[in-house]
Amino acid sequence: MELMQGQQGVIFDGANVPAARRGHCELSIRNLSVSFDGFKAVDDLSLHIAQDELRVIIGPNGAGKTTLLDMICGKTRPMAGQIFLNDLNLTNLSDFNIVRAGVGRKFQNPSVYEDLSVAENLEISIPRGRGALASLFFRRTKVVKEEIRDMARIVFLDDLLDRRAGHLSHGQKQWLEIGMLLMQAPKLLLLDEPVAGMSPREREQTAELLKVLSVGRSVVVIEHDMDFVRSIAHTVTVLHQGRLLVEGSADEVQADPRVIDVYLGH
Amino acid sequence: MKIKREYMELGALATLALVLLVAFPLLLGGFYLNLAGKYLSFAFVAIGIVLTWGYGGILSLGQGIFFGLGGYALAMFLKIEASGSNLPDFMIWSGIKVMPAWWAPFSNIYITLAAIVLIPATMAFVFSYLVFKKRVSGVYFAIVTLALALTFTVLLVGQQSYTGGENGITNFTTFLGYDIYSHASTYAIYYTEIVLLLFVAMGSTAVIRSRLGNVVIAIRDREDRVRFSGYNTAAIKAFIFMLGALFASIGGAFFTIQAGLISPTVVGVTSSIEMVVYAAVGGRLSVPGAVLGALVVGFLQFYLSNNFPHIWLFFLGALFILVVTAMPNGLMGLLDRFALSRE
Repeated sequence: MELMQGQQGVIFDGANVPAARRGHCELSIRNLSVSFDGFKAVDDLSLHIAQDELRVIIGPNGAGKTTLLDMICGKTRPMAGQIFLNDLNLTNLSDFNIVRAGVGRKFQNPSVYEDLSVAENLEISIPRGRGALASLFFRRTKVVKEEIRDMARIVFLDDLLDRRAGHLSHGQKQWLEIGMLLMQAPKLLLLDEPVAGMSPREREQTAELLKVLSVGRSVVVIEHDMDFVRSIAHTVTVLHQGRLLVEGSADEVQADPRVIDVYLGH
Repeated sequence: MKIKREYMELGALATLALVLLVAFPLLLGGFYLNLAGKYLSFAFVAIGIVLTWGYGGILSLGQGIFFGLGGYALAMFLKIEASGSNLPDFMIWSGIKVMPAWWAPFSNIYITLAAIVLIPATMAFVFSYLVFKKRVSGVYFAIVTLALALTFTVLLVGQQSYTGGENGITNFTTFLGYDIYSHASTYAIYYTEIVLLLFVAMGSTAVIRSRLGNVVIAIRDREDRVRFSGYNTAAIKAFIFMLGALFASIGGAFFTIQAGLISPTVVGVTSSIEMVVYAAVGGRLSVPGAVLGALVVGFLQFYLSNNFPHIWLFFLGALFILVVTAMPNGLMGLLDRFALSRE
């Protein structure tokens, strides 16, 4: 939570803040299943992601990766199983209430508000002021402006605060969306292909960013680029046909014959 | 560019205030001032449409309902006052012997004013929240509101003994004892209306510039995403829709007193669609534009229907087509483009 207080430079000191001070968070998924027209997209899947953990999920197309994130954030309703964030059962909460409970979701295609400026995009992501009246009377105080500027610096957009989001490059939109999520001060961050469309240099910067922001929260990343996966992952989970195939370090997973067979070998 | 646009909008509002408060009363005689007042009652609705449709992407083809709720509420008050100790004339003609229970409270001005504000606002919020919660939006929402407008008219015409039927409610005389048709009253009513209109215009501009305004734009462009920013978008949309309904109701009340009548025709489907035309002509993203649109179209209708009584509606249709195809942001959009291109 300290990350969100808006004091200058706090975020990169974030790694030094004892995790215990930030509130505990862990995600546990129990026997989750969903099917679409008889096709089992996710099949009796159980996962546990700890505090401070950065988990990468890989797998071939149709393995159920995006569907899994959709179910965690309330976009898709599971048919069986349960999702807990600490002691809170997210399974039947509405999407916006799941967000309010501390889950941030970044979609596969960068989803920013193109008609608004970078600063405005960040501003409407600030958690306080989400009601109609609260947002009508929301005051742009010095603290708020400082908070927005700090976040823009963290996601490498501090020179572009007044730029319309629609005019940003693809990689910058990805960063902006990550910044919007961080503004929400989430306990759990779900990132669907966060480096798609980024240059190698931008990928490096993003990898650094993800390492820092996993401290004090749990992060789940879906990614295809194995080099990027190796550079960030604590643990890698491989999904195949909606089921968990292998779980382990990036090296273990890459060496596993089953993984090579269904995914990496092709 | 954004800053410049904000100054332009402020400049347009100031110009509007000057024209409506100073120029019109000086230049227009009583007759035309009353006419302008009548057209400006639609400006309230048009400002609401700028908020809901222009910024929120919520197209309602049933704003006449809320215009009508305000209009009929004040009409009931005026009618009770005009009838003195008798029942309203159309009730007598329908054979009604006692004042209906739901009419009686409207003999009190405070209850009437409260009703003008609270009834449409509550109805709009509850109705639209339920609809938006079901994620009905866009064209489907427009059709639902159109159907409601139709139902509303049928109800008004059908319940003749309570609503005056097709003729509506008319033949008013005084408002709180003052003759509403006197010269002094014409000016007093006009000024009251303009002050409220400017208040609504400035309030709406403030809403658009607030964080809520940005959220509403975000919902228009990407509603799904806004839910994942933690907003209950149905509630936000219902709130904006409620503001639009409230403004429409205030406009309706002013129409009743300016025109001296309220009838199903004024609040029906055709009229509801015309209200959208006002906003489109003026510029659906501009609050001063909405006022301009209501005035321009109003006076155009007056001029055309006097000079081309049989074909004037065609001109109106042509105007709408022209605006939609050639100037999607209306008259104010044209001004905007002109000013920005001169940099």
